[in-house]
Amino acid sequence: MTLTLWQRLDRAGRNLAPFAVTVMLVLVAMVPLHIPAYTQVAPALTLMSVYYWVIHRPDLLRPLAVFAIGLLEDLLSGAPLGMNALVLVAAYWVVLSQRRFFLASTFALLWFGFVMIALGAALLQWAALSAYYATVLPMDAGFHQALLTIVLFPLFAWLFIRIHRAFLQP
Amino acid sequence: MMTGKVDAVLVDNLRSRVTDAFAPILDALSRPAATAARAVESVVEIRNVFEENQRLRSENARLLQWKQAALRMEAENASLRTLLNFAPEPAASFITARVIAAPGGSFFRTLVVTAGRRDGVRKGQAAITGPGMVGRVVEVGEWSSRVLLITDINSRIPVTLESSRLRAVLVGDNTDQPRLMYLPPEAPVAAGERVVTSGHGGLFPPGIPIGIIASVGDRGVKVTPIADLSRVEHLRLVEFGTPPAGEGTGDGTQSADAWK
Repeated sequence: MTLTLWQRLDRAGRNLAPFAVTVMLVLVAMVPLHIPAYTQVAPALTLMSVYYWVIHRPDLLRPLAVFAIGLLEDLLSGAPLGMNALVLVAAYWVVLSQRRFFLASTFALLWFGFVMIALGAALLQWAALSAYYATVLPMDAGFHQALLTIVLFPLFAWLFIRIHRAFLQP
Repeated sequence: MMTGKVDAVLVDNLRSRVTDAFAPILDALSRPAATAARAVESVVEIRNVFEENQRLRSENARLLQWKQAALRMEAENASLRTLLNFAPEPAASFITARVIAAPGGSFFRTLVVTAGRRDGVRKGQAAITGPGMVGRVVEVGEWSSRVLLITDINSRIPVTLESSRLRAVLVGDNTDQPRLMYLPPEAPVAAGERVVTSGHGGLFPPGIPIGIIASVGDRGVKVTPIADLSRVEHLRLVEFGTPPAGEGTGDGTQSADAWK
């Protein structure tokens, strides 16, 4: 089967969806919402996106792309360069290695898997930053952030499923 | 992460360039959120308008008394200064900027604002809102810059306790209440005292209110910021005392004494 130029462009555009959605979420996560105490516990939207797409379409979200997204997040958020990149790439490899388990299972299991990943990511972030600042940082804020991320996951997962169906189903 | 420690200048440049590039998008995204927040706020305000009016009336009466006191003291001050041959402080001017991004996260407290080098923003300037100081500029791009909040773990601000005139350094620790460090041992510190910038180091004008001492305990002296850091919409960046400042900077020139 030969594809015309337009079909190929269309295919390429659709294949960009996971990457584009994740980059969009990096920006959305930065919007000041003017809710008291919100920024401290703002959910890690990119982690949700990376988790979902690695399970469903790892071929469209390569490690290098994930690393670049992490770097962009670091540059924009003022975090030490490479911190988010480290967390996202670590999450990427863990999820990829357990992909079969997640793919075959129900939504409840998908969510449960995300609980593990979100807590692990929070712990990794805390450990990396404690090492970076050479002091033991308080853990509670990171923990609360992970909790909010977990609670909001179904909402965003629904969004990802809609996008997945709209753009990437044959 | 290590690159950031080894070649800080390069990383800073890259950071401000990327922030500049994304500033228009962040700006566009932040507008609907700001509008929504304002709508919610105005509904709440309409419900409380009667009590608010009462409160403001009594506050106005009290402030008028203070104004009299201030005018009297200003006159007295001026006459005493002529006696002492006192060198006046340089005047401060302000750059107003809108907050377009508040990166979420449990370990960082920064804001991105829409004013940069072309507006006269420079590294180290103090960022204040109506009630008090919120942070200082750490990174300047062409048309955007980053403000490090006083609660961030990297924040260090030289301060003075307003009535006892003790000096200390306000140190952020990623909680909502930064700590006071380097107080003299057994200093008479009490909760409720106001903390203001001391002006040491020459970066910030002296006397900008920062916070109120919340508690004095084993874990140090905690300070509650006066400004509500989670709801900052506009900031004023204070241009103070740096050499070419003064007349040429435009309309916003005011006396730093307004903060006392």
